[in-house]
Amino acid sequence: MNQPKKQEFKTPKHIDDYPTGPQYTAGFLPETNAGWRTVRPLVDHEACVFCLRCYMLCPDGTIFKDNGKINIDMDYCKGCGVCAFECPKDAITMIKEEL
Amino acid sequence: MNNMLAIPKVNVKNMTDKEFFYGHKACAGCGGSIAVRLALKVLGERTFAALPAGCMSAVGFIYPQMAFNINALITTFPGAASMGSGIAVGAKAIGLKDFKTVVIAGDGGTADIGFQALSGMIDRNDDVLYICYDNEAYMNTGIQKSGLTPYGTKTTTTPTGKNLPGSVTHKKNLFEIIAAHDIAYAATASIGYPQDFINKVNKAKHTKGTSFIHVYASCPTGWGTPTETSVDIAKEAVDCGLIFLAEYENGEYKLNRNPKNFKSVNDYLAKQGRFKHMSDRDIEIVSSNRDKKWERMRKHWLQK
Amino acid sequence: MKNNKIFISGDEAVAVGVKLSRPHVIAAYPITPQTITVERLSDMVEAKELDAEYMHVESEHSAISATMGASAVGARTFTASSSQGLLYMTEGLHYCSGGRYPVVMMNANRSVALPWSIYGDQRDSLSLLDSGWIQVYVEDAQEALDMIIQAYKIAEHKDVLTPMMVNLDGFILTHTYELVDIPNQDEVDQFLPAFITPNKMSFEDPKNLGFSSKPDDNTEFKYQQNEAMFNAIPVLQDVDKEFGSKFGRTYHGMVEEYKCEDAEVVLVALGSVCGTVRVVIDNMRKAGKKVGLLKIRYMRPFPEAEVKALGKRVKAMGVIDKDISFGYEGTVYTNVNSALSKIDKHVFKQNFVGGLGGRDITKNEIEAMFNKLFLGISSEQEEKVEFFSLNVETNE
Repeated sequence: MNQPKKQEFKTPKHIDDYPTGPQYTAGFLPETNAGWRTVRPLVDHEACVFCLRCYMLCPDGTIFKDNGKINIDMDYCKGCGVCAFECPKDAITMIKEEL
Repeated sequence: MNNMLAIPKVNVKNMTDKEFFYGHKACAGCGGSIAVRLALKVLGERTFAALPAGCMSAVGFIYPQMAFNINALITTFPGAASMGSGIAVGAKAIGLKDFKTVVIAGDGGTADIGFQALSGMIDRNDDVLYICYDNEAYMNTGIQKSGLTPYGTKTTTTPTGKNLPGSVTHKKNLFEIIAAHDIAYAATASIGYPQDFINKVNKAKHTKGTSFIHVYASCPTGWGTPTETSVDIAKEAVDCGLIFLAEYENGEYKLNRNPKNFKSVNDYLAKQGRFKHMSDRDIEIVSSNRDKKWERMRKHWLQK
Repeated sequence: MKNNKIFISGDEAVAVGVKLSRPHVIAAYPITPQTITVERLSDMVEAKELDAEYMHVESEHSAISATMGASAVGARTFTASSSQGLLYMTEGLHYCSGGRYPVVMMNANRSVALPWSIYGDQRDSLSLLDSGWIQVYVEDAQEALDMIIQAYKIAEHKDVLTPMMVNLDGFILTHTYELVDIPNQDEVDQFLPAFITPNKMSFEDPKNLGFSSKPDDNTEFKYQQNEAMFNAIPVLQDVDKEFGSKFGRTYHGMVEEYKCEDAEVVLVALGSVCGTVRVVIDNMRKAGKKVGLLKIRYMRPFPEAEVKALGKRVKAMGVIDKDISFGYEGTVYTNVNSALSKIDKHVFKQNFVGGLGGRDITKNEIEAMFNKLFLGISSEQEEKVEFFSLNVETNE
């Protein structure tokens, strides 16, 4: 997986714990977006032809190549459904998110 | 002039697997974030990104969540191009080599408040790619009309009622205004045609001097469309002729796509909450405006 | 130390100071009376005397935006403006200090429209005291040159990282020719090393700059910015001392006291008018009057300690303001008064608003100001704001 991963953020306790002005590490992600989902993508790997259209069009970049298969980083998938809608083989279905 | 044929092609198979716009807080199905994500994957790690106020900066830089996994900053709203220029010129002055600077701004940030600075940057021919992601209104402030909001659009500042049909002005002719500067390279694109967009970003990446890409990017929140149809609706905009795919380079316009028949404007508009109120007369105004534009483009921009 | 004196204007002195400071990027938009500075810098870049990129921006807003962009990758930057141009930059001025970009700029103090006037007063920069910039006001062309060099060293200091504005009175300083000693480049290079900061975008350590902060953190960032401004006080004092030991000229840090040791009555002023006040003091001293001058050099950070210390020693203090905050009083006066309110002693005070839109402040007027202050300590007088002076009768 080549996406940035969730990292632990230490809440500043002292003023010097803050960066000098508004500048911080690129790609630093203390939060996930998984809580936004009401539906989630389910991939049928038998039907998938690895055309990578879903990978190309995911607004959040959560779909990645995983040893010749597609995989999804569910920490950051928002459940928009673009992947399922755009899949030429109908290999992705959106299913209700389990709470 | 660059030898464009020598530029290595970029596609979904060979582009970097790294993600440079990740963990952002854009609405689900955001078209703008597709444009930003793909552009950065083409431009690569050695990129400085400068973004003015707008959706992409609002959702990407909320301390301590830093969604740009490359060097990036938020600029003044009217000064996106100038700050981008400053980065490009400053980085050159301190001796950096082999890098690209990209400005990523919305339609309002480009065609309205940021226009003067953009014009200045093209005049100086600074080595910057300027990408305007056009979702046809000021979205993150709550869907207000911009200079690129099309005729008939319902926004929160162009309400519809007995007296007004929504926006009463057509989109500014941004692409030709930019081209009129005799810019090194300019193009229009749509996230509905992603490979075309990738090709254009790639071309711009290898262009010395200022380049400009106007990419049509859907907004489910502001347009009243389902999140899953974001790419499809941006494709339909092109297929019905309201959005065109073109390039300007070496002083020449080129129409990239010239469909024999357009898909129905009516169908395109009917799918979106922002156009649902439109009368037949207003739809006719939109269609005839489209036809006039295409007549002119076909007359002057088709390669002989 | 070798003397290398040439006859140049204040604007040109600034240009020479900039050249000696070796900026990477200059971005500026022309406005009278700043223009000579940017013209000379353009000449220097053309002649390759100055290895910098000169950006022909289309506005002052873009000038400050471009310098911030360049600063964000670690470049040393310069811009210059005046009056309407400075005000057009306003958004960028706040942005720049909040972003902790140590940009250095020259401001040619000029009146603000309407009515239009290209001549000097200090309403442009004084209306921007809250923009988070270090503001210094210089008295002559030599100080202008020297302060540009000092400004980079102060602004770029790791405990400061705050932009700095060097203010010169329009025309009176910008266009007046004086004999100016030009420091040696090697000595300037030793005094002012290259700008090195971790606070930038780089490919070794990619950063996101200029982010938004929620209410949970915003106050902390502003606290930190305020702290940096206070950190500038010892830094600018040290820089001035070091400059003095290297170049033989020092400007006494936050303020300069002139003949204040035994003074009963002092005038407080900024910039070029201080020269005239000095002449008046010398004359009045001959007549036995114990008068002095407090030249405020830095308006931000404000020399509160210095004003308080002097307040404890004198009986009356008058403040010359080339500025008026309509509906109240001069801004310098407001600041001085606030400091004086913190000492346990009453000082008679008077605010003299003058020099607006380029009107001269004459020696006679300055003497009259001193006399008014003497009157204030010997009899019951109202402390008030006085336009000094009007050419016509008023309804008062």
